[in-house]
Amino acid sequence: MTDQTESATFVPILKAETVGGVMPLTPGQLVWRRFRKHRMALAGAIGIILIAVFIIGGSIIVPEKAANLGDLHMRMNSPTFSHFFGTDSNGRDVFNRIIYGGQISLFIGVLAVILEVSIGTVLGGIAAYLGGWVDSVIMRFTEAMLSIPSLFLLIVLAKVLGHNIPTINFMGRTFSGSVVIVIVVIGLTSWMYLARIVRSNMLSLREMDYISAAQSLGASKSRIFFTHLVPNTLGLIVVSATLGLASAILTEAYVSFLGLGVQPPTATWGNMMGDSQSFMSQGAWWLWVFPSLFIVLVILSVNLMGDGLRDAFDPHSTRHL
Amino acid sequence: MWTYISRRLFQALFILLIITGVCFLLTHYSADPMSQYANKQGMTAADRAAIAHSLGLDQPLPVQYVKWLWFALHGNLGDSFFSRQPVLTLIQQRLPLTLILMVTSEIFIIIISLILGIVSAVKQYSAIDNIITSFSFIGYSMPIFFIAFGLMQIFAVQFKAWHLPYLPTGADIWNPKNIPALARHLVLPVSCLVIIQVAGYSRFLRSSILEVLGLDYVRTARAKGLSARTMLYKHALRNAALPFITIIGLDIPFLLGGALVTESIFAWPGMGRLFWEYAQRGDFPVVNGVLLLTGSAVVFFTIIVDVLYTFVDPRIRLS
Repeated sequence: MTDQTESATFVPILKAETVGGVMPLTPGQLVWRRFRKHRMALAGAIGIILIAVFIIGGSIIVPEKAANLGDLHMRMNSPTFSHFFGTDSNGRDVFNRIIYGGQISLFIGVLAVILEVSIGTVLGGIAAYLGGWVDSVIMRFTEAMLSIPSLFLLIVLAKVLGHNIPTINFMGRTFSGSVVIVIVVIGLTSWMYLARIVRSNMLSLREMDYISAAQSLGASKSRIFFTHLVPNTLGLIVVSATLGLASAILTEAYVSFLGLGVQPPTATWGNMMGDSQSFMSQGAWWLWVFPSLFIVLVILSVNLMGDGLRDAFDPHSTRHL
Repeated sequence: MWTYISRRLFQALFILLIITGVCFLLTHYSADPMSQYANKQGMTAADRAAIAHSLGLDQPLPVQYVKWLWFALHGNLGDSFFSRQPVLTLIQQRLPLTLILMVTSEIFIIIISLILGIVSAVKQYSAIDNIITSFSFIGYSMPIFFIAFGLMQIFAVQFKAWHLPYLPTGADIWNPKNIPALARHLVLPVSCLVIIQVAGYSRFLRSSILEVLGLDYVRTARAKGLSARTMLYKHALRNAALPFITIIGLDIPFLLGGALVTESIFAWPGMGRLFWEYAQRGDFPVVNGVLLLTGSAVVFFTIIVDVLYTFVDPRIRLS
């Protein structure tokens, strides 16, 4: 009798498609719902979409030539109606360069993050999965890389890879090969935090009761890893990747600012900033104000979205439900 | 405790070996120091070979590394390839200037972020909290050169144009012993570093105070009738400060490396600029010396912070 009442109360809930006539939400739906209710995160997402429309739509209207070739009679003009953001020392239109520079900056940011996430996740995952001496070696290596000031590491690596730079033709456009080098350099110098996060999250998940339950049911090590640990770390990876995108764009700006990044005539927001420094004392404010405003806008939007995603993926967060 | 410390020290040696190895390998392929002599007039291939030999560049890389490591262990980081000065002398010249810049900034950073973090946590969701939080979010998303250029434009370029007393933007021609001049040169770079760092630190402090304020013992403290002030300063803040002290402690060794971008914008002759100038010419001894110095500072500071943490927070046990 007790058996029957127990199964009568428990089984329907475990199997239920509806609870009290309401469909329970999947974890993905819960995340989306929390994200949607997060006003700042939505503002960030809208900001990113607007900038994407600007730099992609802009390149349809403005030809690339207008960004890279200048009119030498129109040097250092302050903003007017024909040149919204003024012109630079080569007579190139700053507005057009913002459009094409933004494409490169974001392209570098996204690809660098993909590289960073791949390296970080794989190394962190291997360390957590294998444990033992492999774990020790990977983590000591990670620690060693973290102990070098990141900009120092970046400079040395950029110089190692930057010896001979070919030009690349991609989608009918010509890029300086330095774009690829910058992507690789940023990716190779930023995976360390992610590797640590992935590893420590997996190690702490492994202490959870449901993992012990799976183990006692006879699940193999690899099954636990791929069906429990990996999916439960994905949210964290998505959040880190979003926040990593902001720092990758920032890093690109720093590297190009120092002159080690993308080489002219290809524009990025970072090298536009770097070029502007020498014209500062002549009062050419438009040369640095516009690229840096766009850098700030993009990073602000990405950070806002990343914060929203972090709250949305946190199962303990009920604030936005 | 002692077994823990000795194990950590042993690991630290291993980490330093990796750091020096990776750095040596990377710097070796980063530039060719001999390219400086490539087109010099009246210089034959034999002369170049002699120079390469005198710099030890003709030996295989592992031999160069072991030699360098052996001398480094004896406190000799070698001589610069080009200025022929000992690396330690160069570092001794630049380190005080970097420390003046970084320590001044760090003091302001800690004071200001403590004030902002406490105010915005205690007055959560008030107007002042919203202002502080939004500004710190914006500051957190800014590249430092945006702030630097903005401040330079206003306080140097515009003030000069308006015939007001303006602030200097470069630091190359001045005597660091002249205190008023030093202070004037410090204003702009320190402000930039402070704005960037305060944004991150105050956000961090706010969230750790808010976390502590929600805990049971804070409720107990309130229930037993403590004033809000006593509760905040004697109970909540002490615990909330722990993670804050940790991140400051972990950031301190990085101060030695200076602030490369800020130093190069304001022409501040510190460690960051030292690294930048010599890395561009492929002066390996200087580059490796700076990397070894900052790397070992970071490694040993991490151990010190971890050990000190157990004294501050008895709940933590070392294992």
